[in-house]
Formats: sequence, C-alpha cells, structure tokens
Amino acid sequence: MSALDLTTGPDGRGRLYWLLSDVANIVRRGLTHYRRQPVNIAWQLGFPILSVLLYGYVFGSAMTVPGGGDYKDFLMPGMFVMTMAFGFINTATVVVHDSTKGVIDRFRSMPMASSAVVAGRGVTDLVVACAELAIMMLTALAMGWRPDGGWGFLAAFGLLLWLRFALIWVGVWLGLLVPNPEAAGGLFAVAFPLTMISSIFVAPQLMPDWLGWVAAWNPISSTAAAARDLFGTPAGGGDSWVEQHALLMAGLWPLVLTAVFLPLAVRRFQRLSR
Amino acid sequence: MNDAYAVRAEGLEKRYGEKRALDGFDLAVREGTVHGLLGPNGAGKTTAVRILSTLVRLDGGRATVAGLDVARQARQVRARIGLTGQYAALDEVLTGRQNLEMFGRLFHLGGRRARARAVELLERFDLTDAADKGVGGYSGGMRRRLDLAASMILAPAVLFLDEPTTGLDPRSRGDVWDAVRALVADGTTVLLTTQYLEEADKLASRITVIDQGRAIADDTPDGLKNLVGGDRIEVVVAERAEIPRVVKAVARVADGEPETDETELRVHAPVTDRVAALTDVARTLQDEGVGVEDIGLRRPSLDDVFLRLTGHRTDKEAAA
Repeated sequence: MSALDLTTGPDGRGRLYWLLSDVANIVRRGLTHYRRQPVNIAWQLGFPILSVLLYGYVFGSAMTVPGGGDYKDFLMPGMFVMTMAFGFINTATVVVHDSTKGVIDRFRSMPMASSAVVAGRGVTDLVVACAELAIMMLTALAMGWRPDGGWGFLAAFGLLLWLRFALIWVGVWLGLLVPNPEAAGGLFAVAFPLTMISSIFVAPQLMPDWLGWVAAWNPISSTAAAARDLFGTPAGGGDSWVEQHALLMAGLWPLVLTAVFLPLAVRRFQRLSR
Repeated sequence: MNDAYAVRAEGLEKRYGEKRALDGFDLAVREGTVHGLLGPNGAGKTTAVRILSTLVRLDGGRATVAGLDVARQARQVRARIGLTGQYAALDEVLTGRQNLEMFGRLFHLGGRRARARAVELLERFDLTDAADKGVGGYSGGMRRRLDLAASMILAPAVLFLDEPTTGLDPRSRGDVWDAVRALVADGTTVLLTTQYLEEADKLASRITVIDQGRAIADDTPDGLKNLVGGDRIEVVVAERAEIPRVVKAVARVADGEPETDETELRVHAPVTDRVAALTDVARTLQDEGVGVEDIGLRRPSLDDVFLRLTGHRTDKEAAA
C-alpha cells in the first residue's frame, strides 16, 4: 500500500507546498465556475448597476448632497461598497451548496488540507471582487464619474477589498449555518435593508436623527465615506465622530468583523466533525 | 491487529446530546470483500461510515482502517479510502472531466497524472462521451458513476459506499453493482450500507445488522437467513373467510405458530419436512374445498431476517 501514500507527495514536498497547492486548486475551481457561467458575474452586478441607473437618473434630480456636488458622483463609491457588501451572499451561496451536496465532506475525506477549502473560497472571492470593482468602475467612468487618480484611488480600492475580505467570513459562517440553498437566497432580503440604512444612497444627516445615527455607524458607511474622500468625490459631510473619522473606521470595522466572524466560521467548520 | 481485516471497529461510541447514535458498535471487515451494513433509519449506519471515513470524531472505542487508527492517523487514512455518500458529491457546474481532474490534483497527483487518471476513469465508467458536459445535465446514474470514479482516483484500499443506489432506476443500479464488483476484483475492500436488502444479498459476502447503535447480528447472507429459520410454507387464499381453516391446516405441519397477513390473505409458517408438509397442507385444503390462489415453499428473504432481528421492516417499506 505504500505506493498509494501520496500525503507528502511523490517528491517529498512539505506540508506548506501542498497547502498552497490545495488552495490554488480550490481557487481554480471557483474561477472555472465563472468561466463556464460568465453570466453569473452579470447577475451579481445586475442589482448595483440597476441601482446606479435608477438612483442616478430616476431619483437623481431629487437627491441633494450636503455640502454640494453632483449626486451621481456621490452615488458611485456607494455602489462599489454595495457590490462588496452583497458579496457575502455569493460566498454563503457557494458554501451552502457545497455543504448540503456533500462536496465539503468529500474534500474532508481526502488527504488535502481541510483549511484550504475555506482559504481557497476566500481567495476566489477576492479575485472575483477585483473583477467586479473593475467592471463597476468602468461603468461609472462611462457615466461621467471622474475620480482623482494616484495613491488615493489605490487606497480606496484597497479599503473596498478589505471590506469584502471581512465579509467572506460572514458568508462562510452563514453558509454553514443555513440549512439549504433556498434559505441562502433569503439572505438578500436581510442584506438589502442593511445596505439601505447607510450612507450609500443618502447622507445620514438628511435622515431622522436616530436613523441617521444608525446609518452613520453602519460599518459600510465608513468604507463609503472613506472611499468618497480618497476618490475626491463629494463626501456628503456629517459632523458625528464616526463620520469625522471615516478613514480610521473604514480600516477598523472590517478588522472587528473579521475578529468576530473568522473564529465563528472556523468553529462552525470544525463542528462538521461532531 | 489482524492484517486480514481492512476495517475493524471495537466498541464505537457516538453521542448527539442525549441520543446515542453508536452504543458499543463492533465491526470487522475482511480484506478484499464486500461487507454489508444494514439497519433501519437512524440505527447508526451513516454515523458509523462517517466515523470510519474520518469525517466525524468518535466519543469512545477505537477503529482502524487499512491498519491505521482513524482518530490519530486520520490524514494517512484519507489517502487510502474512497467515500461515496448518499448524495453524489460533485461540482455541478464543472464538467465530468474537470471534476475528476480537480479531485485528482487535490489527491496530490499533480496536473499531468490527474489528467491521465481522469481519462482512464471516464473510460472505465463509460462516461467518455459526456466528459466535457456540465455535471448539472447528467442523469442520476451518470452522477453516481462519476461519484464512484471520484472515489477511486487513488485506487483506495477501502471504499465506503453509503446507500450508493438510492433513487436509481434498476439499470443504473446494475451499472453501479458492476463497478463495485470490478473494484473488488482489483483488491479494494467495500463497506456498503444500503436500504435495499436485495442489494446486500447480491453484493455482500458478509452482513452486519445494526440497530440502536449496536451490531445485533453478523453473518453471511445465508447464515442470517438460517438464523430466522429455514423454509416456510405459504398459502394465499381467495377469500378472507377461508383464513382460519388454512391456519388450522398449516398449524398441523408447521414448526411454529403460523403467521397471517390479513390484507394479502396470506398464511405462512416455518417447516422442516418440506415436501411432506406441502403435500399434507395441499391435500387437507383440497379435501375441505378451500379456494386456494397460491401455495408453495419459500426461502426466507433478508426482509424476514430484518423483521425478526429488529422488530420492524426496512426503511423502504416503513416509508411506503
């Protein structure tokens, strides 16, 4: 039977090599999904793009931005944030499919690193998020959005991905928590209001006090405000502490989310062995 | 530990809250055989398979697979087993070929060997024509075959098949059986759980019956049938009113109390002197002018074994 022992590889390669190799193979699988079903990207971007058109052109003229500026310019960074925020639904959907169809069990019964199942999912989602952001930004540019270039632009891009990274763990945790793929579809109903009560569409200071407070403290508001600032587009102001420290909070919130949901996701994954 | 056993479990325990899924379960599977694991729903079949395939931690007892401890040497065990669960665990979006290549690379074969192995397995399971179609469009039988192929990428020492033909049509079931027989011919040991007793009877050389987390019988299919008793005489009548007279006629020659099935108008009982009993009952019923639809001798089926051992019918019939 020794001829079948491939746990260390035919050339005696170490565990780290195989961990990276396993992650790469899981990523390759995830990206092959998009290659075979490119329309999925369109589905995922359909809602944000529709929102840009709806809010930008239909409601746009009725919208005001505190401190002045064009509403479409204000809206675009919000749409990028929404695209990142909805990403956790995609993560959850793939994870719930894999766990209910037994694919995760098959991976776990194989001599691969089981942590690669989760890590590979995360890397795939970040690669896809880059592609989604690129498409959204090209759409925005076509509609007349003109951000500042340079380091500010890259920093904004990085903060958007940082938010998406934190939400991967929310997605993995929910994907292992919900009982079936249909329930994962229902997550959209939760995600939609959570993205509405934020600074994505409307500046919190224009809302009733209590609601404005909730919206300002919504983690995705900080990323949106920081991104607007870095892109050099109208930021919508706001004089609460959290709005004054948007850049700091855009760095901190995803860290907090990761600190809470990464351990929850890992524990949920380990509970599969119970 | 005896080398001739591919799987050994001693006193396995698994608790889920108050419920004892496994309660001192023992199992010994000889190398190179198909071993059936039968039991009603919730008896612990799937839990046992999940523990032996390293998916679930055990709470007590010990188990070895291919001579390796499932708790302490899980990773080495995983390089020697294949698992086909109740659902075909495949990527629905990828093609059949892409699935096998992905699993091959995750078995650490490397790209070139993974591709070559995929071609071999597609050929062997008669999936070459569908190799480059998405699995989402496969029939149930094709999925099962691809699932089996994925379990066999490393030519496993032990293959766990958890209800591999549930929901398949008879022809696809036959295909799966052929694949299993071919595997065993190559030296793989198979642990098979199934709700089709006929399947266990056809494939397994030995069967363990599990109920409430314990092994309650372990024997060859014939041995199990003998446990229930030998042949039975069976009479089916045309009218319900005839049943008492038939019971009386059968009781005279039977070794035990005749059993009556009121809905099927059937009376049956164990007999030892087969032909004499049959002749006697036939003559008596004819003399009394009882309208007989059918009369004959029957070997007990595994269904009878099951009913006797566990006190209930199989899942399939319980669900019906």
